Amino acid sequence: MADPMRIRARLTGDTVEVKVLMAHPMETGLRKDSSGKLIPAHYIETVKATCKGKDVLTADWGPAVSKNPFLAFRFKGAAKGDKVTITWKDTAGESRTDDAVVS
Amino acid sequence: MKMSRRAFLQASASGTAVLFVATTGLLPRLAAAATSPLAPTDHRKEFQGHTLDSVVKAMGGDKAVKSSDIMLQAPSIAENGAVVPVVIQSKLPGTRMIAIVSEKNPHALSAAFHFPEGTEPYVMTRVKIAETSNLRALVQTDKGFFYTDKLVKVTLGGCGG
Repeated sequence: MADPMRIRARLTGDTVEVKVLMAHPMETGLRKDSSGKLIPAHYIETVKATCKGKDVLTADWGPAVSKNPFLAFRFKGAAKGDKVTITWKDTAGESRTDDAVVS
Repeated sequence: MKMSRRAFLQASASGTAVLFVATTGLLPRLAAAATSPLAPTDHRKEFQGHTLDSVVKAMGGDKAVKSSDIMLQAPSIAENGAVVPVVIQSKLPGTRMIAIVSEKNPHALSAAFHFPEGTEPYVMTRVKIAETSNLRALVQTDKGFFYTDKLVKVTLGGCGG
């Protein structure tokens, strides 16, 4: 099981800025280990952020997103105390969901 | 073997020239061709293209028009191609999607972000860039596809071992 994401959601004016740090190797499948064998590809394919039951961001990722991905985005229509939920799914079929409260 | 200074300099200069051409022009292409059967084949068609145009076509568009209303912020020189911070913000009305495209990567499309109504067309993330190339920000609006680019020099590649 992957480590939890670190999510921060901060309200400034009417906009919530969300910053997410995910723990994931994001292996491209092109790298070799010390014995020269290819390390199989293992990366996050989809990311979804929801707030109050509504999608606020969806993303399709390829292997070119850096290891331990960082993502920041901004949306309107949330108040302090609302919950922002982030879910990712990777090529190995694993997924993880974490949430943060808007502050 | 005795070699005059002039002959030595000429020989080494042409030698470096050949090496330079080989490393910059030919080798990455050959290496890419050689490794491609082993490369992961992402099943999503957007990720299969190798150029900006093919990515646009896979997304259902025709071609992308250059626009100055897209702000792409990335370092001019990336010391580590594995972690290149990128900020993209679109001022085009009706922006639905922002994608990061680097044509010299094994997959041209790095990431695509979809913005429902209420979400600002702004994204900040970190991507891998294989070698010095024009990093492109592709934006889809109700009116079609637009892009802007920025040259990012990579001193250490992001996709190798």
